[in-house]
Amino acid sequence: MFEKLFGKKASSTVAKDRLRLVLIHDRANCSPEILELIKTDIINVISKYMEIDRQGLEIQITQTKSNSGNKSVPALYANIPIKSLKNSYK
Amino acid sequence: MGEVIVITSGKGGVGKTTTTANVGTGLAMLGKKVVLIDTDIGLRNLDVVLGLENRIVYNLVDVIEGNCRIKQALIKDKKLPSLFLLPSAQTRDKNAVTPEQMQKLTEELRNDFDFVILDCPAGIEQGFRNAVAGADRAIIVTTPEISAIRDADRIIGLLEAAEMKRTDLIVNRLRVDMVKRGEMMSISDVVDILAINLIGAVPDDENIVISTNNGEPLVGNDTLPGKAFMNICKRITGEEIEIMDFTSDKGFAAKLKKLFKRNN
Repeated sequence: MFEKLFGKKASSTVAKDRLRLVLIHDRANCSPEILELIKTDIINVISKYMEIDRQGLEIQITQTKSNSGNKSVPALYANIPIKSLKNSYK
Repeated sequence: MGEVIVITSGKGGVGKTTTTANVGTGLAMLGKKVVLIDTDIGLRNLDVVLGLENRIVYNLVDVIEGNCRIKQALIKDKKLPSLFLLPSAQTRDKNAVTPEQMQKLTEELRNDFDFVILDCPAGIEQGFRNAVAGADRAIIVTTPEISAIRDADRIIGLLEAAEMKRTDLIVNRLRVDMVKRGEMMSISDVVDILAINLIGAVPDDENIVISTNNGEPLVGNDTLPGKAFMNICKRITGEEIEIMDFTSDKGFAAKLKKLFKRNN
């Protein structure tokens, strides 16, 4: 509603969004530094098998519903754009 | 056997001591026998909020160290005969007491009182561990601000790890006008994020400052926070009372405003 009126996000919405993100990291006990290390490792492993867009690689921790029960659990989400599959492993 | 409740928040300055004073006073008004323990060793404050600062002889550390009996250190409230304060020591530090000693003390007190309420210091160190050690349940106080909510979330995690049986939330210092403008997170925003049971919400109100100035908790009087705190006390005793809706448009001016808005 506020966004529509002023064409700008209400600060309470900004606060909520920022807080959500901060808490996901707090709860997972995972710092941005560790996430960066994971990212580098993923790039190294996958690069062995296929050519990927390193710049376009996105990795983040989000919340998802667990398979058992309705509890929300953290999940590692990675979006890895592939440029081309390497032929040598065919 | 009485219940031991710890009032905690993580972040400082969100209203733990004010909440402790009002909840304790309110429960005593409801006829319960209550003892309030200030566990913030070195930064004593609950005594001044209750207006009992001139009556202190012995303190928490004196009791723990055996310099006096518990009864000697308890200060009776000015008005309510069933309300007592065990003040903190001002000249010692948090390491003067251990979690085991606190647990022993609360176990002794719960034999004589319906409610033993602990005012927890800010932070997650020794003082926090002391206050939490003997508690059956916790009440977390937060304000609708990012920093306070983040710290509250951390505390919730620590209490879960410590296997606290029950944890409830109070959203304090709510500015209804700001929530309406979308410039402050609402009660439901905060509850959504922290995902624990809400036991009450208290609006930001100048009467809180005035009551602290006078050393007289405002619980039970006719102000909005006075009513909100009394509702919290009743919920603690098990009564089911709806959360007050501070944002509802009441009064003539609000109705008029609404009418104009509709015409636009």
